[in-house]
Formats: sequence, structure tokens, C-alpha cells
Amino acid sequence: MLFLLQDGITNGAIYALLGLALVLVFAVTRVILIPQGEFVTYGALSYAMLATGQVPGTARLAVAMGVVAFGLDLFAARKALRLKPVARAFAVNIVFPAVILALAYGLASPKTLVAVNIALALLIVAAIGLFLYRIAFQPIAHTSVLVLLIASVGCHLALQGLGLVFFGAEGLRGPALSNAALTIGPLRFTGQSIAVYLLTIAFIVGLWLFFGFTLMGKALRATAVNRLGARLVGIRTTLSGQIAFLLASVIGAISGILIVPITTLYYDTGFLIGLKGFIAAIIGGLVSYPLTAIAAIVVGCVEAFSSFYASNFKEVIVFTLILPVLVLRSLAAPAVEEEKD
Amino acid sequence: MNQRLPLLIFAVVMAVIPFIPGMPPFWIVILDNIGLAALVAMGLVILTGVGGLTSFGQAAFCGFGAYTTAVLSTTYGLSPWLTLPLSLLVSGIAAVLLGIVTVRLSGHYLPLGTIAWGIGLFYLFSKLEFLGRNDGIQGIPPLTIGSLRMIDPGTIYYAIWIAVLISALLTMNLLDSRTGRAIRALRRGHIAGEAFGVQTPRAKLLVFIYAAVLSGLSGWLYAHFQRSANPTPFGAQAGIEYLFIAVVGGAGYVWGGVLGAGIVVILKEVLQSYLPYIFGGQSQLETIVFGILLVGLLQLAPTGVWPWLMARLPLKPARKIPDTSLKLAGRERAASTPSTLLHIEKARKQFGGVTAVNDVSFDVQAREIVALIGPNGAGKSTTFNLITGVLTATSGAISVLGKKVDNAPPQEVVKLGVSRTFQHVKLVPDMTVLENVAIGAHLRGHSGAISSMLRLDRADEARLLAEAARQIERVGLGDQIDQLAGSLSLGQQRIVEIARALCVDPLLLLLDEPAAGLRHMEKQRLAALLRQLRDGGMSVLLVEHDMGFVMDLADRIVVLDFGTKIAEGTPAAIKTNPDVIKAYLGATA
Amino acid sequence: MSALLSVADVHVAYGKVEAVRSVALDVAENEIVTIIGANGAGKTTLLNAIMGILPLKGQASFAGRDMAPLDIEDRVAMGLSLVPEHRELFGTMNVEDNLQLGAFRIPKAVAATSFERVYTLFPRLKERRKQLAGTMSGGEQQMLAMGRALMGAPKLLMLDEPSLGLAPIIVADIFRTVSELKAAGVSVLLVEQNAQAALKIADRAYVMELGEFILNGSATDIAANKRVAASYLGFQHEGESAI
Repeated sequence: MLFLLQDGITNGAIYALLGLALVLVFAVTRVILIPQGEFVTYGALSYAMLATGQVPGTARLAVAMGVVAFGLDLFAARKALRLKPVARAFAVNIVFPAVILALAYGLASPKTLVAVNIALALLIVAAIGLFLYRIAFQPIAHTSVLVLLIASVGCHLALQGLGLVFFGAEGLRGPALSNAALTIGPLRFTGQSIAVYLLTIAFIVGLWLFFGFTLMGKALRATAVNRLGARLVGIRTTLSGQIAFLLASVIGAISGILIVPITTLYYDTGFLIGLKGFIAAIIGGLVSYPLTAIAAIVVGCVEAFSSFYASNFKEVIVFTLILPVLVLRSLAAPAVEEEKD
Repeated sequence: MNQRLPLLIFAVVMAVIPFIPGMPPFWIVILDNIGLAALVAMGLVILTGVGGLTSFGQAAFCGFGAYTTAVLSTTYGLSPWLTLPLSLLVSGIAAVLLGIVTVRLSGHYLPLGTIAWGIGLFYLFSKLEFLGRNDGIQGIPPLTIGSLRMIDPGTIYYAIWIAVLISALLTMNLLDSRTGRAIRALRRGHIAGEAFGVQTPRAKLLVFIYAAVLSGLSGWLYAHFQRSANPTPFGAQAGIEYLFIAVVGGAGYVWGGVLGAGIVVILKEVLQSYLPYIFGGQSQLETIVFGILLVGLLQLAPTGVWPWLMARLPLKPARKIPDTSLKLAGRERAASTPSTLLHIEKARKQFGGVTAVNDVSFDVQAREIVALIGPNGAGKSTTFNLITGVLTATSGAISVLGKKVDNAPPQEVVKLGVSRTFQHVKLVPDMTVLENVAIGAHLRGHSGAISSMLRLDRADEARLLAEAARQIERVGLGDQIDQLAGSLSLGQQRIVEIARALCVDPLLLLLDEPAAGLRHMEKQRLAALLRQLRDGGMSVLLVEHDMGFVMDLADRIVVLDFGTKIAEGTPAAIKTNPDVIKAYLGATA
Repeated sequence: MSALLSVADVHVAYGKVEAVRSVALDVAENEIVTIIGANGAGKTTLLNAIMGILPLKGQASFAGRDMAPLDIEDRVAMGLSLVPEHRELFGTMNVEDNLQLGAFRIPKAVAATSFERVYTLFPRLKERRKQLAGTMSGGEQQMLAMGRALMGAPKLLMLDEPSLGLAPIIVADIFRTVSELKAAGVSVLLVEQNAQAALKIADRAYVMELGEFILNGSATDIAANKRVAASYLGFQHEGESAI
């Protein structure tokens, strides 16, 4: 029973991270980030592939997306091209992913340090996240939540499909960060699961500090609250969106890297994991970080228990349980006056 | 009949297509699939595009329709034509049950609720024994008319597209009616709708059921087309796809649903057929390209391809001018109207620790204009909201014409003859001025959804629109009657709200800052109108900041500050009242 | 007299309608210019276009630089600031945060002095530093919006209908503050329906009707103009507060 709880909490911590990322992205860009699951997959499997000495296709994808993003930047500024912004766009969109690709080729070998592989995987996914916002969402940033959601689904389809192309239909596992193990009473804590707990807490605290106390964090919040108001005080809202996506992709990638030593991940597992983070975010109303984290732990535990006791109906249970929670949340939160879409 | 001409042409073209020599049967199958998807998409257009309720679970209702007929026609041998009403009924009942829960979910919870039961129902379909579990039900009989068995895609084609055309007609009729206006107010004007009698939960449930029944119809046709039913086409994937179709085509436009269905179905076909040839069998490539194309399409036409196309065609919709000679039954005015129209006794409203309205008492007599003034935050709009039922008083008594309205919802208060305008304009931007104003007369009309769909409401509707046109004329906006409300200036929009409020044929008119945004002459005209209304038997309670306007117009003035009444009296008395000057008017020149 | 803001031959489309036609105006340093006209005249559209929210056809330059290639954020960085009609505050953030974000583009050291200046101009904001912007009254929100715009130490402040919906006594307060801004070296472009109050504090005025400027001149001349008096100044009421 305690094992189930431990299992649930470990999984729940991952769901919490993903849920937080979803709330973050939604708050700043109003995008419900369905491809969050792909960030998990890409992070995990890129890391796994790098550890076997191969260069993952995701690194090439990052370069390709960078080229497209650069093209879009040039097109957007076509009436008034100035050196500094063009150079900056070039550096971010072309040089950055190219350097990562070069490093990947150079460093890929079974003997490379775990930390290096992790860093590379993170950079690749970060680049993809950044470019994803620029290419798919920035041009339609002003449209309704529904349109953004459909675009999000489109991105998910494309990225998941590419995942199959890059990693094949077979799953992969990655090397653990640490092979240490700790036994307390009847429970055994692996170094990996401790890393999960620590990183989750670190992220939660870090995000809380970032949004509550730094100017950049407040600027991101402001963009979420009132886009026009933010622009009128000089905040580049496009930059806010890019940063939000960058953070979300890094969180997703880290989550993936944390679990790939424990579980075999396939090209589509990320989506299912992201879905549970999504459920947690929903219970938090897409608004509250603490509630999302708690909900995530609960989802993790419910899953662990139903997995054990009634594995056939696992999904039905998890999904049906959402309904009463939604009703309760809906009643608790007084309806905002007019929905502006 | 002018508006129906394009529809007729479309129908003729569709009817002729299967007869074109050399038409590949493959294309007929695609058109069949487009038709089936179009039915679901049309329902979604109403539900999501117009009503604002995003649903991911429409595919489940297709499942209800399909499985009902599958079970009844195989196990029980019922004729498909008999199972049709039953399929629709089962979908409808499922919609009522799910709808009661779903429509009460607010904001983002609603789409999530639909995902939850959408997936839940999919798993249910695939686990139930009598539905054949994952394999489903085979050997469903085809539709037959006499000796004609619709096995060929080319024959059931007609059943499908006749269903699409009839549904499109019914849907267009529904939107262009009293019920249609109530539905169209759901997304962005529901508070205003409620202030004029629209029952929002009922309207939401209506569109939910409507969309479900259309999906059920699609499911029924699907079952007799494929002659088998299994859970796969009724799951989450399909549900999301229907939403794509609606958004890509143009959620909010009936024909957007049809166009969207065409685009997505053909796109998927093309990708699935040709990509493997070009790229040599890479299985998921079509999903990748589909995803990319979807995003690209949304960037080019964020509101949908249909409105994008319509904006580029030089079409001007013909507008009918209402016949203003038609009269609408007015409000019954009792032989002796009580002289006190509104009585507020120690009304109090607390929001947590803040007392917005602090034991305020005053009344409004018949045939008088009372002004409610005070600094911002003094509680004026809150008082209005208490009177009209938007908010419930924490304590105190409010009565209209002697009847208590403390806890009454807005829909009840308006029935007593109290109508209002809002401080922040609440019009439906993509409805015309005429349609917006007609919402005011909502309670004076009687046609429901069914009679609207069948066009049996024309007489009632003509009278309603005539009344609306008259009020628009009265407030001086006759030239703007056909304009979209969103394109008017703010000042004009406020006047439209007044016309809308007048359509209630009210005894008491509550106006929230009616003069804001008007030029001097327009204010004169408004003042003249209000005096005319008062002399004709109406009373007016207005909130205003323009002292020149108020002092000249009001019979009595009530002054609020920090939620408390600090003075009441004639304009002359208030002007010189030291408390009022200190709190609100400032030093005189 | 060097022109700080200068626009010429400006056309702005609002949807399918040309809301602003052939407009030319300029604002010099240290002056208050007002645009009066009824709602629907195009005043807000013009301000929004100058700020970059709407596309502007024509010439527009600020501090000698052509504004055409610059988007909103860059114009803000140059010293142009707008307090829009609906204020666009960050409702779920407190007064202090709103003000701090107003200083987003300027160095931290300068921000400290800005805070002082704004709190001196609007003492009520200092009292309610930690209050959420969305819970404040209309007058306080207007003050916060102006304070936030001033935090960036702009050279030119554009105000869109600051008096709309506010009690006469608060309006007096706000217009007094606007006059003080001129003394502090900030130019003001004020759009107002309350022509009376606006003309009293402005140096120069433009009258806008149906998208075009029909009159312009010194504020006193415009106030004395018969046509303006009839359309915009209405009737003087003895009880009305004067500025």
C-alpha cells in the first residue's frame, strides 16, 4: 500500500511539473499546450539516443524550425530591415540550433558524461519550444482560445508524427542520473526518484519566486492579464510568449529525462503523461499553481491505486472522476462576467 | 426567397453530381463522408461557434445514434426508418442527461467536462457486451425505399445530402428567429439577455440537445452507410476532428460547417492516398503534414475559411425592412397603477468585508424622473443590479409595483415592467441593431425553437421586429438599423441599448449613464425623449455624471456616497447641499 | 518651437470605415494640446494610431524620428506614452506592481525617482500601494493609469478621455494634475469630450468631427468660437464645478 503511495507521489510530482508548465503557458499566451507531451518525449528520447552515441533527429528538427522562424522574422520586418534586429534573429534562430547540432555530432558517444547529454537534450528541446511558439502561435496570438487550441492540436499531431520518424516505434530507456538508493523503513528511494522530488520542489519554488518577485516574471504575468496594457508599458509580448514556451519545453524535457531511466518511453507516451498533467491543471482551474500541484499528486495516487486494483478500467476511472471535480470547481468559482472568448 | 436562391442552386448541383458521366465512385464516397461530417459540424457550429460552448464529445452522440439503430435493426429487426426517430430520441435523451451537468460548468470547465464524458463514453461503448465490445455490430441492413436498397454509395448519397440540406435550412431558420437571438446572445451578451427574459441555462441546454440530435442523425446515417458500427469513429480522436472541421470552416457559420467538412475530409483523403507514394510508405507522414497544414490554415483564416471567402465575394445580404405598421400587444396597464413604482427599503449589499450599498432607502413614483448621483464606487450600479436582480441583496427590501423582488432573478423583474441599460454597453457585436433591439421584446414574443425552425413564427416575428424598428426610429437611429452593432460608435451603442430597453414596454426605465459620449445636441434630444416618456406614463431612474444634463431633467435627485444615501431632494436643493458639494460636485465657479 | 510629435496627412481605417481622414497635428515641448469632439469623431482611433495600436497611413514622427518602422514597444521606449480610454490596467496585480511595470523600459535607478514623483502627484496611490488595481474606484484607476504612464518618464503623454465616467470633483483633481505635468516638463495631448474643462487647461486645441479636423487654434480662440460653443460647450450650469 505504501509502495503504491510512493509510486503515486513520484508520478504525481512529474504530473505536477507538467501541470505547472501548462498553467504557465496558458496564463501568458492563452494557449492550451497539448504538445507539452511531445516536449517530454523529445527530451527523454533525445537524451536516450545521445547516451547511445547517436545524434537524435530532434537536433535537426531544431535547425529546420530555426530556419523557418528566421524566415518569418525577416518577412515580418521586411518593410524596415535594420541590422541589429536581423543579427539578433540570425543568432537566435540560426546560430543557436546550428551550434547545438554541431555539439551533438561532436560529443555523441557512449562515453560522454550524463550531464552533458542532459544539457544537450535540454537545449535541443528548448530550441524547439521557442521556435514552436514563433512559428505556430505568434502569428495568431490575438485569436480566440478555441482557435489557439485547434492550432495546438495541429502542432501535437505534427510533432508526434515526427517523433515516430525520429525514434521509431520501439521504446527507449536512458541511463539513470544516479544509481544510489536509500532505504527508509519499508520504502526504497532511488536516487532517481529523489531527484524527481527535489527538482519538482525546486521548480515550484523557483517559479513562485520568479513570478512573484522578479520584474521579468511580473512582466509575464502582466502579459497574461492584459496584453494591450503590457505593450503600452513597453513589454514585448511576443518575447513573453517565447519565454513561456521556453520554460514549458525545458520543464517538459526535464520531466522526460527524469522518468526515462525508470520507465520505457515510446514516441507517444509523452502525450499520455502530458494528459494527466493537463487534468491536474484543469482541476487547478488553469489558474492556481498550488491547487494544480496538489491535484497532480492526487491524480498520481488514484492512478497508482486503480492500476493495481482495477487496471482494465484505469482510464475510465480517472476520466470519470474528473466530472464531479469539475462540477465542484465550477460551483466554487463564480462565473466571470462576460467571456471574451 | 432571395436568400434561399444560393441554397437552391447548391441543392441542384449536389443532386446532379452522381449523374456526371465518368464520376469516379471514390469521389461519391468522399462526398458521403463529407455530408456525414457536415451534419455533426453544423451542430457544433451552433453549440460552439454561436453558443460559445466548446464540445469535444460530439462523436459520442454519433455513437448513440449509430448503436441505437444497429441494435434495433439487427437484434430486433426493426426497419431503419422506424429506428430513425428512436436514434434521435436516444441521442436527445443522452444530451439532456449529460447537458444538465455540462451546461452548468462555467468557463474552461465545460470543454473539459465534454472531454471527460466523451472519453468515458468511448470506453463504455467498447466494453459493453450487447454493443459488441471492440468489434461492434455487423450486418446492419441498408436503408430501403420500396424495392430500392441503398447499398450503393451513390444512392445513400441522396439520403445523406437531403439530411444535410434540411438540417441546414432548419438551423438557418432557428438562428433567424426569437430563439436564435437568445442563442446568439449566449456567447457575449448573456447578462443582457437575462435582463430581458432569456433563460440562459435553458437556451444552453437547447443548443446542446440540438447539436446532439444532429450528431445522432449523422450516426444513424453512418450505421446504414457502413452497415456496421464499432467504437472507433465515436471516440476522442473523432471528437477533436469535428471541432477542427467547425473551426477551420468557420465556427459560427452554418455553411462553415459544411465547408470545413469538405476541406478536412478531402485533405485527409489526399494525404492518405498520395503521401505514401511520394515518400515511400512512411506511415505517420500524413499526420505530420495534416498538423502543419491545419496550423497554416488557421494562420491564414483564423475565423474560418467560410467568412474568409465571403469577405472576398462582392455579395451584399438583402435586408428586409420591417413593416412598422404592425402592432405588438402592449403591457397591460392596470386601471389604477399604484403610484409607487419602486420602493427600496434599507437595501444593503456586502461583498465580503466591503459594504457596497449601505441601508439605502428611496422610492420612485409614477411619472417622474429620478437621478441617482454620486462618486464612482458610491454603489450606484450595484443598486441598479440589486433592483434588476443581477445581484441579491444581503438585507433589506426592494419591491416593484408592490411586489417583492429581493431574490428574484432578472428574468422575473423584467416581467414586472422594469428594464435597463448598462454602464458598460452589452450588445451582441455581430448582430444588427435591429436584432439587438429585438432582444428587448423577447418576452413579448411567443414562438419557441420548433416553430422557428419550421418557419411558423413569421407573424409573431414580424410584429416583434416592427416594434423594434419603431423604437429604433424613436431614438433617432433609423439609418443605422441594419448596421452591425459592433461597428457603431460607443455613444450610438448606448442609444441602441435605450431602444432595446424600450421594447420591454416598461413602466420603469433604469438608465446607467445614458448621456456619456453624447454631443450637446444629442443630449438635448435624449432629454426630450425622456421627458416625453415620463409624460406618457413611464418613470425613469438614471445614473449620471453630467450635472448639466441631470439638473435640468430630473424631478428628484438621490445622492449616494460610499454606499450611503447622503441627500435627497429637488435639483435646486441638491445643488446647494454642502455635503453633496463636498463629496461630489466640488467648488462652484 | 521644436515639434515633439508631428503627424501629417494621416488616414486610419477602423474595419472597413475610414475613421480618420487627412489629419495633421503637432505637439511641441512643454505644451498641452487638446482634441475635442463627440464620441465617434475618431479621436480615440487617432491616438491609437499614433501609438501604433492601429495602422497609420501618412507621416508620423516623434522627436525627429520617423515612427513608421517602430512598433508600440519601441515608441514607448522613445518617450511616447498613452493612457487609453479603458485604462488597460493589470487588474489582478497591485498598485505598486502596476507602477513598477510602468517603469519596465527605464533603468532601475531612474525608476526610483519616478516612484517618488508619481506618489507625490497622486498621494492616494501611495496609501493604496498594495491594493489590487481591479478593486479600485474609477477615479483611482484613472489616477493609477496616469501614474503608470508617467513612471516611464515620457516626453509626451497622450490621454484618452480621462474624465469619462468620473465625478466632477475627481475630474477637477485630474485636470489640475494634467496642468502640473506641463510645469514638470511633460507635454500632453489630451483627447476629451468635456470640452469645457479641456479648453481651460490647454494651450492649443483641435476640433474633430467625423474623422477630420475642422478647426484649430489657441484654446482661448477655440473656446470663443461660436460653432464650438453651440456644439460642444452646451449650457453653462451654475452648479457645475469649474476647474
